[in-house]
Amino acid sequence: MPAKVYAYYPGCSGLGSSKEYEQSTRAVLKALGLEVQEIPDWSCCGSTPAHTVDHRLSSALAGRNLAQAERMGDMAGVITPCPSCLTNLKNAAHHLHEPAFRAEVNKLLDRPINTVLPVKSVLQAIYEDVGPAAIKARVVRPLSSLKLAPYYGCIMNRPPHIMQFDHHEHPVAMDELMEAIGANVVQFPLKVECCGASYGVARNDIVMKLSGKLLDTAADRGANAMVTACPLCQMNLDLRQGQINSANRTRHRTPVFYFTQLLGLALGMSEKEVGLDMLSVDPAPALTAPVAVPAEATA
Amino acid sequence: MNTVNLTQSYDAEFVHEVEAATGQVLATCYQCGNCTAGCPYTFVYDIPVSQVMRLLQAGQKETVLSCNSIWLCASCQSCTTRCPNNIEVAQIMDTLRHMARRKGFAKAQRPVRTFWDSFLASVRKHGRVFEMGTVAEYVMKTGRFWSDVDLGPKILPKGKLHFRPHDIQGKDEVARIFERFEKEFGPQSTQEASHAR
Ligand code: SF4
Ligand code: SF4
Repeated sequence: MPAKVYAYYPGCSGLGSSKEYEQSTRAVLKALGLEVQEIPDWSCCGSTPAHTVDHRLSSALAGRNLAQAERMGDMAGVITPCPSCLTNLKNAAHHLHEPAFRAEVNKLLDRPINTVLPVKSVLQAIYEDVGPAAIKARVVRPLSSLKLAPYYGCIMNRPPHIMQFDHHEHPVAMDELMEAIGANVVQFPLKVECCGASYGVARNDIVMKLSGKLLDTAADRGANAMVTACPLCQMNLDLRQGQINSANRTRHRTPVFYFTQLLGLALGMSEKEVGLDMLSVDPAPALTAPVAVPAEATA
Repeated sequence: MNTVNLTQSYDAEFVHEVEAATGQVLATCYQCGNCTAGCPYTFVYDIPVSQVMRLLQAGQKETVLSCNSIWLCASCQSCTTRCPNNIEVAQIMDTLRHMARRKGFAKAQRPVRTFWDSFLASVRKHGRVFEMGTVAEYVMKTGRFWSDVDLGPKILPKGKLHFRPHDIQGKDEVARIFERFEKEFGPQSTQEASHAR
């Protein structure tokens, strides 16, 4: 039986602002035995801007990559770490099943799409193909000093009929993976709220307000760190945390990890290997915090 | 809320057009307000999303296509996910942007649109988005000094920002997607609406 191999779509931010996500994703996939092959000469999926112009255009930009993946041969599907890429690839895949829409998109492409491969996030592949129990068995460094607010971002699971993974209001996949590596997960009610998306440049005020609320709530819940699966969310919360603090007069120093960085650490990788040095807010205090002994009922 | 004079301003053709483009039946919205309650952007909207839905039912083309809200919607899908009538509200918001661009109504929130268009220009040129180039083009087009200069020292030492684009082999293929699209659907669709008017 041929091994299950996924076509891997890294996404543009993996080459720049989310290098550490890309690096830790590849390392973790390898360590967990999930085989991937990068889609040859992949192009940008169009992200948010393309679908504000036209759905045929955005589906053609995403679709070129599906067509490239189709030509790789026997792939189990396409996986990507980035929820924004995921949304575009999944939306394209969903609508390409309609023959009339596919014909219009194919008119825009050099080489048409024939077979549409299933699309998943890296989170989904790790959760479904490996699973929390198998990961727990392989942990060499339990991350019990972490109290994490798991933040999924708005589009990873919505709308449910397109994304078809986990729960659209209360997703749990990342929570369970984090518990498997020994971290404490706090109840975080804003799991699927928006962080301000790509408005950091043009409407900074929006990100200050929405990401500020996420940081405030994580702190209120007693988290000493946040964990995400999205490059844009991570950038807004981590890189812009100083701006947010000045705008809102707060003093957060909350590290914001990618879930793959924490999985990698727990599996025994070095901090350098998972790119901890590329985070803006220093993660060291949270990783070395004294572990709170659970308070038993004393009454 | 403002009073709308329907006898003078109901645009039936517009209502049909939105329904045809989205596959949604506007009349099924019964104004429960769930979409607005869950929308994280109501605080910056001039018209809350449930009112956009109401104005669509009332065929108020000009009001809807020239509002700020359609450019500030982040496509977070909260409205679609929570609508009790399964209306794909976020998709309607997306479609309204398409229409506003094509029909020359896109005047509100120009910086947001310029940022998106700079992003697309970068994809068209290189096949992948070139983050530095996108920001440079945005600064040039809007005349706004980059509000994020304070972030430079945080990213540069980490090797996250590149000063050269990552061109791909198939970049002409990607450029052709844009060319064919414009030929088929009109050049104004991917450019600033002000040029199209
Ligand atoms: S949630 Fe749906 S039915 Fe309720 S106001 Fe919004 S669009 Fe209308
Ligand atoms: S998709 Fe747009 S309109 Fe709908 S809730 Fe999100 S921001 Fe509001």
